[in-house]
Amino acid sequence: MANRRQTTEKAMRAMFFVITTASIAILFLIMFFLFKEGLPIFKTVSVKDFIFGKYWYPTSDPADFGIFPLIVASVAVTVVSGAISVPLGVMTAIYLSEIAKPKVGEIVKPVVELLAALPSVVIGFFGMVLVAPFLQQVFGIPTGLNLFNASLMLAFMSIPTICSISEDAIHSVPNALREASAALGATQLQTIVRVVVPASLSGISTAVILGLSRAVGETMVVLMVAGGAAMLPGSLFDPVRPMPASIAAEMAEAPVGGEHYYALFATGIVLFVFTLLFNIVADFIAHRYAQVGDATL
Amino acid sequence: MEPEYKMSSENLDFHYGDFKALHNVSIYFKPCEVTALIGPSGCGKSTFLRCLNRMNDLIPISRVAGKVTLDGDDIYASAVDVAMLRRKVGMVFQKPNPFPKSIFDNVAYGLWVNGIKDKAFVRERVEESLKQAAIWDEVKDRLQDTALGLSGGQQQRLCIARALAVKPEVVLMDEPASALDPIATQKIEELIHRLKETYTIIIVTHNMQQAARVSDVTAFFYLGKLIEVGDTDTIFTRPKKKQTEDYITGRFG
Repeated sequence: MANRRQTTEKAMRAMFFVITTASIAILFLIMFFLFKEGLPIFKTVSVKDFIFGKYWYPTSDPADFGIFPLIVASVAVTVVSGAISVPLGVMTAIYLSEIAKPKVGEIVKPVVELLAALPSVVIGFFGMVLVAPFLQQVFGIPTGLNLFNASLMLAFMSIPTICSISEDAIHSVPNALREASAALGATQLQTIVRVVVPASLSGISTAVILGLSRAVGETMVVLMVAGGAAMLPGSLFDPVRPMPASIAAEMAEAPVGGEHYYALFATGIVLFVFTLLFNIVADFIAHRYAQVGDATL
Repeated sequence: MEPEYKMSSENLDFHYGDFKALHNVSIYFKPCEVTALIGPSGCGKSTFLRCLNRMNDLIPISRVAGKVTLDGDDIYASAVDVAMLRRKVGMVFQKPNPFPKSIFDNVAYGLWVNGIKDKAFVRERVEESLKQAAIWDEVKDRLQDTALGLSGGQQQRLCIARALAVKPEVVLMDEPASALDPIATQKIEELIHRLKETYTIIIVTHNMQQAARVSDVTAFFYLGKLIEVGDTDTIFTRPKKKQTEDYITGRFG
């Protein structure tokens, strides 16, 4: 009897091990494929010219493979969308967990999380048919499909992530700290700013970075509303072409094994490095400023 | 004329939702005395303590009726600034609850939120408070280290120092030694002895020997009612009420 149980135990362990190994192996294979298909472009273009080249004309003859405008576009939409989504997301989280009556929080939080379920194509569609004409009219610009519109739509996509994870982090700050602060004569605002937010800073940072990394990698929205011009933006209202949009738009037209094809995969590598950096930073912050005791996220 | 009593409660009722936790509690606290509140779990002594600095305001479904005064003024009057009140009536909690900040910042926190920015003054007050709480010698070389690295007993003395730093007039202590070992407990009790020269102290305790050791006056609570209050010696040797006698002799609770 005991023996059979031990055998089952061993079999279960082996099974879990195999499944884990398989999922990780597949991810590594994808990564390997990404590099295998991307690196050959550097036979034609130097790494420096590829990353800092200002011209992206992959189908001209001779072709230009400079993705600097695409990188700038990706960074710009991420920064601008972060400038919108971080304050809104974090402050919403603070309101929901610290200020709002519990009933309000119970209703609003699921609604915010529901926003995360909106398919990105729907958000892109909304930006295209509603926000774009509006921007065009109000600001008198040639096209409403631009950096600002894309940032706004990306912000809507990241707010639920930022808000929901921040709220969890803030919520997990032990009540004893709030009471200690209040007992010393701190107002509620002082308690929030000086105790609650610092105590949950690692969780909030993780939330911000996860939200932003969602914006960096998001494809459909930027494909639909960023405008698609592969040039360095001069203002908030210039059309741009972030990396994911470029890959998605051109992949179907790039002949397999051609330079354009390799260049798109190489763009994928750059994008991968970006999101990887985001995740490493998130991980670092989560450990470096780990919440201690009851407050652990 | 100085009021004879530092704090008082008159006909105080307290409700948690539909549950009436305190019934008509009237008690008076003289300045520079230690009052111990004793009674079995759930008798309302902690609830009562938290009424004295309006800590229960943080519980949304709670309701207070009756009067609590500090220097003769009703602390539940609508004009009262609760933050100001809590600066005068400090509190030490059952479980040590230092902020996840440095030792120095923990003690300085109460000064900062009171708008005191003068760095030299803050440093002086931090040192003074840590000395008062008998923890200065243990932490003076590591004021910038996190307070969470201290032992439980040290954390509790730090929390006392933190409460003292804002120079309260009354210090409320909610079973401050219940989570500590006997040696740390002894230190806290010695501390209370020294603090009563300056402060009015009201302490909730489960431990009757502790109440007998540290307090001048003892109040016995049972089922949300104040059963008996009097000199600690009298309460422990010649209680007037049968319930008090039963409790202190260990026949129930």
